[in-house]
Amino acid sequence: MGDVYVIVEQRDGAVAPVTLELLGKAAEIAPSLGGQAVAVLLGGSGIASSASQLAGAARAIVIAEDRLASYTPEAYKAALGEVLAGREPRLIMVGNTTQGMDLAAGLSISLNLPLVAYSTGLVVEGSDVVATSRVYGGKIDAEVVLDSPGIVSVQAGSFPPATGSASPEVEEVKSPSALDNLSTTFKALHEPAGGDVDITAQEVLVSVGRGIQSADNLEVMQELADALGGALSASRPITDNGWLPKTRQVGKSGLNVKPKLYLCAGISGAPEHLEGMRDAELIIAINTDENAPIFDVAHYGVTADLFDIIPAITERLK
Amino acid sequence: MDIIVLIKQVPDLAEELEINSEGTDLDREYLTVVMNEFCEQALEEAVLLKEAAGGTVTAVTMDGEEAENILFTAAAKGADNLVKVTGDFEDSALDSHALSAIYAEVLAGRSYDVIMTGVQAVDDLDGQLGPLLASRLNLPHVSVVAGVTPDDEGLVVTQEFGGGLTAELAVKTPCVLGVQAAKQSPRYAPVSKVRAMKQEKTIEDAEAPAVETPRLKVRAMRTPESSSHAEMLTGSTDDVAEKVVALLRERGLVKA
Repeated sequence: MGDVYVIVEQRDGAVAPVTLELLGKAAEIAPSLGGQAVAVLLGGSGIASSASQLAGAARAIVIAEDRLASYTPEAYKAALGEVLAGREPRLIMVGNTTQGMDLAAGLSISLNLPLVAYSTGLVVEGSDVVATSRVYGGKIDAEVVLDSPGIVSVQAGSFPPATGSASPEVEEVKSPSALDNLSTTFKALHEPAGGDVDITAQEVLVSVGRGIQSADNLEVMQELADALGGALSASRPITDNGWLPKTRQVGKSGLNVKPKLYLCAGISGAPEHLEGMRDAELIIAINTDENAPIFDVAHYGVTADLFDIIPAITERLK
Repeated sequence: MDIIVLIKQVPDLAEELEINSEGTDLDREYLTVVMNEFCEQALEEAVLLKEAAGGTVTAVTMDGEEAENILFTAAAKGADNLVKVTGDFEDSALDSHALSAIYAEVLAGRSYDVIMTGVQAVDDLDGQLGPLLASRLNLPHVSVVAGVTPDDEGLVVTQEFGGGLTAELAVKTPCVLGVQAAKQSPRYAPVSKVRAMKQEKTIEDAEAPAVETPRLKVRAMRTPESSSHAEMLTGSTDDVAEKVVALLRERGLVKA
């Protein structure tokens, strides 16, 4: 009782940074809930050796099974559901990642536990866990009280990673019967297509979002990028629409960038985007909405129509 | 391939969001809603899948001010059947747990191969509709889908991870997919075509069952307190452009 479980995310045995962030927080709050930080590690037959990366975890529950070597939502959800049933964690933490989105909601139903998604803060008040979540595109924070066991899915980058030695007490669990007769089969993993500009290596990024309105208008931004000797990057709607290749996407389902200059226009600043660019050295944001969340991370802001201001800047640089 | 698309209506973020007097929820009295952007992607992918594999697309949404407009627009984009879920819920916002419980019952008597919905929505504080519904229906589910192709045994689904990494999964039908992006931008439906659909198509009403699902205990909702805020550059367009360029020069970011 009182334990804080962290569902580990790993690929080829390498534990994801978000998992260490969750373990750091779990180790911090578990004592005040009267429990320990417990990592739940799923993977192929050799996965137990990855437990040595799990800083912050006092214990690790390990399910090593060939059918879990490559991630599929169905197998991982089935295995977790079976292994977690009967245990009574106070809190289950998952990253709000693709894998976390697959698993958290399903566990909420199968374990009959409430789920708080998109959390960026987590504190213990007496016997309550209070999660703060950023919703409505970053415009509203909601404080949710979990006075009984529950699940939180946490935005990457919310907490500092666990540090120090990693030597959890390992408990190997036998292969779950739930892995028989599944309907999902892993076929292949594809690395992002190469050949395009590597936006993570650029010193200057001119970034564009939904405010650009059409693919034809991208030229306005490209001219500024050219004048600055930088490259064009974008928020998700632009790459989803195919206006720029996926390799140019900054944020949660794209890339993390740390350029010397990140000049963005028409990007409101959803949490998923901010996650990927908040560490840039200089952030200048242009948006028509003076309340856009992008202005909370930008160093300088301009409330204006990008079609007025961008050409005026470009002209002065020529 | 018979495809059901569940379309969520969400608050329009272009409008100012007000908090209710208790400080625990949005003030919904004058709230304007729009179709969830990811559900537009789901609808597009559903129509593309129908075009590739044959079959039907059924668009489903909850009753509300925008419901009919959303459904006729879906028809103009290629949906064959339109369903509006009616019931006594209009004044209270349904959370994802309640919504998934309602859809699980509404869909119980229907036959389908795939249920598609948007991967997430701006208001799904208690989790995303797709995986919640899949668990209630005991169906396989994939989140963050960026492309679906038919194959002999079911579907081949592209799932996106961070950093542009994607996985290819074979999923047997029936299944539930949370769509992030369709293979192409959602098609545009001209107003004239939407209007024609209002004459041509009828909307089927489906009665929502009464469901009791636990709700999250939201103690407070507020505008985020940010630890910092941008220094705003003001003045005429020319003034602001000068200031931006001066900043860039100061930091040595201008080449010439």
